[in-house]
Amino acid sequence: MSETPLLDELEKGRWPSFVTEMKRMAAVKPYSKNILLQLERSYVERVTHWKHGGIVGVRGYGGGVIGRYSDLPPEVMQTPEVHTLRVAQPAGWFYSTKALRKLCDVWEKHGSGFINLHGSTGDIILLGAQTASLQPCFEDLISIGFDLGGSGGDVRTLSCCGGPAFCQWSCIDTLDIYHELTMELQDEIHRPRFPYKFKIKIAGCPNDCVAALARADLAIIGTWRDSIKIDQEAVREYAKKGVNIAAVAARCPPQALEWDGKELRVIPEDCTRCMKCLSALPKAILPGDDRGVSILLGGKATILQGAFLGWVIVPFMKADKPYRELKELTRKILDWWDENAKTRERVGELVYRVGMRNFLKAIGQPPAPQMVYAPRANPYYFWSPEELEEVK
Amino acid sequence: MSGEKKYITDIGPPHYREMVHPVLMKNYGKWRYHEYVAPGIIKHVSMNGDEVYMVRAAIPKIVSVYFVRELCDIADKYSDGYVKFTSRHNVEFIVTDKNKLDGLLRELRERGWPVGGTGRSLKAIIHTQGWVHCHTAIIDAPGLAKALYDELYDYFVRDDLPGKLKIAIACCLNMCGAVHCSDLAFVGMHRKPPVVNDDIVSRLCEIPTLVASCPTAAIRPAPEKKSVIVNEERCMYCGNCYTVCPGMFIHNPKYDCLSMWVGGNAVAGGPPEFSRLAIPYLPNNPPRWPECVQAAKKVIDAWIKNAKKGERIGDWIKRIGWERFFTLTEIPFTDKHIDDFIFSLPTFRTTTQFKWR
Repeated sequence: MSETPLLDELEKGRWPSFVTEMKRMAAVKPYSKNILLQLERSYVERVTHWKHGGIVGVRGYGGGVIGRYSDLPPEVMQTPEVHTLRVAQPAGWFYSTKALRKLCDVWEKHGSGFINLHGSTGDIILLGAQTASLQPCFEDLISIGFDLGGSGGDVRTLSCCGGPAFCQWSCIDTLDIYHELTMELQDEIHRPRFPYKFKIKIAGCPNDCVAALARADLAIIGTWRDSIKIDQEAVREYAKKGVNIAAVAARCPPQALEWDGKELRVIPEDCTRCMKCLSALPKAILPGDDRGVSILLGGKATILQGAFLGWVIVPFMKADKPYRELKELTRKILDWWDENAKTRERVGELVYRVGMRNFLKAIGQPPAPQMVYAPRANPYYFWSPEELEEVK
Repeated sequence: MSGEKKYITDIGPPHYREMVHPVLMKNYGKWRYHEYVAPGIIKHVSMNGDEVYMVRAAIPKIVSVYFVRELCDIADKYSDGYVKFTSRHNVEFIVTDKNKLDGLLRELRERGWPVGGTGRSLKAIIHTQGWVHCHTAIIDAPGLAKALYDELYDYFVRDDLPGKLKIAIACCLNMCGAVHCSDLAFVGMHRKPPVVNDDIVSRLCEIPTLVASCPTAAIRPAPEKKSVIVNEERCMYCGNCYTVCPGMFIHNPKYDCLSMWVGGNAVAGGPPEFSRLAIPYLPNNPPRWPECVQAAKKVIDAWIKNAKKGERIGDWIKRIGWERFFTLTEIPFTDKHIDDFIFSLPTFRTTTQFKWR
């Protein structure tokens, strides 16, 4: 008779099963088996059996470890401590197998052996360690070149797309910006001192494969200011192969493309860089050469004032090494949010509460029509005393 | 002199230069184009003519160290000891020798790792941790994801859907997954206000923070017992108070449920869209949540049948209108579908121009 009849149902079917994976660890580690059995109990009772987090961590850090205790009595759950370590992933989630194998060895020694590759924010999640294992596990992680990520009221582990490592559309060096910003913000990532979480994601082009504008408080998205580059020979090659170039032009949202049967012309000032034509004709069209980033602020899920999509706060900024302007802006935003936010208020909610007017002044950015879909439709705006003197 | 070794912190993640495949590093920033070879296989070509094949396979969210070592064995054999993971948590093998492709595909097939997820296909489901780790999880997202995957398997390994299909699952309203901007999504929901445990609240919780945590101001202080009182009529069961304070116990398996959302997306080609409520109640029915799987299937079938090529679920709904969506999917429209929380006004129809069905 199986000890996990309900979970066994999730070993059926064609898709690879996480239950099978958990059982592999449970077969060799009694600690991991306890976790599996508690999960089965949740399936029976349809309720979680984890208590609120406790304060656990490693020396010198405030974040990176999520404390977790079972609410079951000790005769049922002999090992109630099942903490999680968030480990910062290498830029773009690239790994050598050498590094991954070392990670497995450390985790097999100190924890349950359960891993997520990766968690929602992007970290490597090491799922299930007892309190006494946390410090030695951390020190072993450091010795193989890995470090913790963020948790709680801090800058969370950043993430970025694979960018220039394999994609012709990347307008910026996403991997390097990820690494440089992460190193710049080590203290802010590891030692929570902010009102709530702060997520930063870096995408190489407006296709935004890391969904930065929906999922990051600060979205750094590669873009260009001049014109897309069209290889006419390659366009004609596509046409010869039967691709309907006229249809590609017709599908251009701002109607910035014209096709006369021989040449595909773009009206650069009408292009909004939506990436549709680049995706349709990848061999023929590339981003322009005057490259940098658009920066959007405020993306977040529903808790608390509803979901927010990030909105433009800097239409264009150059993003060349050593990224001084980008780093300064990030710090200005973090400081202003830290000074002004209420507990558990994300930066987007703060800007919504106090207004873009105050935010832009605080970070020293000029207002621009690119920041809104339309100007306001009500007459209730504010003047500062200095402005009143100016218009006298 | 102390014999202790120096305590090292804040080294950050491993540097990408040591983690990226040497051929990708050699052509860093010099890529020319990519093309789809077959579902799950994308060829990237650099300006100097180098070619690499990225082969995408799906892995479960929770894996064992043994699984990761097997993954490393495969990568050592076929992609020179390097792998990458995608933003939706697939694994990608980087194959520089075209002759190794067949062997890799055969090996992945033998191990039962689905290859696909490119182009107009089902993408890997983004989901939260569930009952294996989380104290606020109402449902077990990994279990529901597995049940959905089994049903929708063919859509991952083929690429003939009308458009991309991105699914997300969040175990509670904290929404650690990308539920708010997905083509189709499930969220675990409470339907009863929290039960206040005065003892825990008075011992462990900061009352002003707890009162402020409520978005509808349903919580007020009860100084005489150093606790709080909940105005139950104002409570919308978001669970934010429970996140702030363990004394606000909100789990209630008898009433907890799931909701289904559709039509969101977060990519370029037009402004992004939020997911919108499709079904306000679905039973929390482990281990395989058949009602949820069938509800997803119904919407996906209607989309496949009625959408034009290139339309994601949200594009399709935008073209036909929400009134037609509810007709075609036969999902009942209820008072729960009409926003009464916040920012609701722009969702009210301020015109006589609508369809009857």
